[in-house]
Amino acid sequence: MPHDHHQHDHEHTDPPSDLELRVKALESLLVEKGLVRPETLNSIIETYEHKVGPRNGAHVVAKAWTDPEFKQALMNDATEAVASLGYCGRQGEHLEVVENTNETHNLVVCTLCSCYPWTVLGLPPAWYKSAPYRSRAVSDPRGVLEEFGTELDDKKKIRVWDSTSEMRYLVLPQRPVGTESWSEHDLQQLVSRNSMIGVELARSPEQEDEGGK
Amino acid sequence: MKGGHDLGGQPEMGPINPEPESKEPVFHAEWERRVFGLTLATGMLGKWNIDESRHARERQDPLAYVENSYYENWLEGLEKLLVEKGLVDIEELGQTASTLPQTTESLTVPNPEIAQKILSAGAPSTMGTDSEPLFRSGDSVLVRASEIAGHTRAPRYAQGVIGTVAAQLGCHSFPDSNALGIHEGKFLYRVIFSGVDLWSHSSTQTEVLIDLWEPYLVAAAN
Repeated sequence: MPHDHHQHDHEHTDPPSDLELRVKALESLLVEKGLVRPETLNSIIETYEHKVGPRNGAHVVAKAWTDPEFKQALMNDATEAVASLGYCGRQGEHLEVVENTNETHNLVVCTLCSCYPWTVLGLPPAWYKSAPYRSRAVSDPRGVLEEFGTELDDKKKIRVWDSTSEMRYLVLPQRPVGTESWSEHDLQQLVSRNSMIGVELARSPEQEDEGGK
Repeated sequence: MKGGHDLGGQPEMGPINPEPESKEPVFHAEWERRVFGLTLATGMLGKWNIDESRHARERQDPLAYVENSYYENWLEGLEKLLVEKGLVDIEELGQTASTLPQTTESLTVPNPEIAQKILSAGAPSTMGTDSEPLFRSGDSVLVRASEIAGHTRAPRYAQGVIGTVAAQLGCHSFPDSNALGIHEGKFLYRVIFSGVDLWSHSSTQTEVLIDLWEPYLVAAAN
């Protein structure tokens, strides 16, 4: 079993593991050999830890909900439409938006590695990269959705997108009922990362109240 | 290659147990952060491409691949590539000091500004071509059984199954060749499969869409 979930509980108290030492040694070696600049390494980590993340995607979704022209552009050419908001680059070169409707729900996976639209969602969560999700998203999507507490009408069609190429998929969740008067800015709060992967729906105003802002 | 990475439909992998979205950090340990950064930074040296990188992670004992955490597999792949591409000697792994002379080859090692430019430029996989696509939307296609030993992006669960072409996505760099350092373009198709054709237990209300390159496909009777 992948043990992503178990290791991090101990990281602050345990002495350095073999793995930590192995990585430290590799970093020192690469820096010493002049193959990596430490400031470049830190800049890359900083970008994906703090700058690129699912708030980008939430911006895209909320704008699509409130701006019909933008939504049209997004469905025609997501890479270009998303770039117009300033989100472009690595792992988002060929972006496509798939829209949830009353008839169809979309779910995204990469069964072969863990391809994910970095430009709009950042780096994938541990569960997205795990064997349980990668194996069952294609063979038992309804069961997977249930594990996330997402129940769909039995009649609703589920489309699973296996990201085997460099195409990257972003789910456009359905706009929650009762948000007709909400601004784009407030709507962004309802757009979870998980709703843009398709394992959950966008939060309802009631859920948002319960969770507190 | 029947690697541990080809996970679609594999049974008994256990529950997903997702961490709550609001609680999950981007990295779970300092070493993960470093492995991620080192992989991207060394990738910018231009000594390997994305498919060579994926293939390096896949070339492991299948059980080890599944038992490793995600970034452990990245580390495995990175060490392998550094050695295979001659940037690091295998004897040097695990040593903090280099025992060999510096790489004499002139490599451009990006500074932060250049690195950020590379990240925001991305690397599109589309390529020009003179040839015509073999298939059109609506065509029935069968996914060939993979006979090659190397890298491929035709998942096992779709091999031998018939689907319908939903879209032709243009000519894209072909991963099977790219993993060997041969950059050639092939037409890419979005193929839609009915859940019941893939899985005996599936409901008719499930469809799986997979992006597949032309060499993976043969025409099937409509």
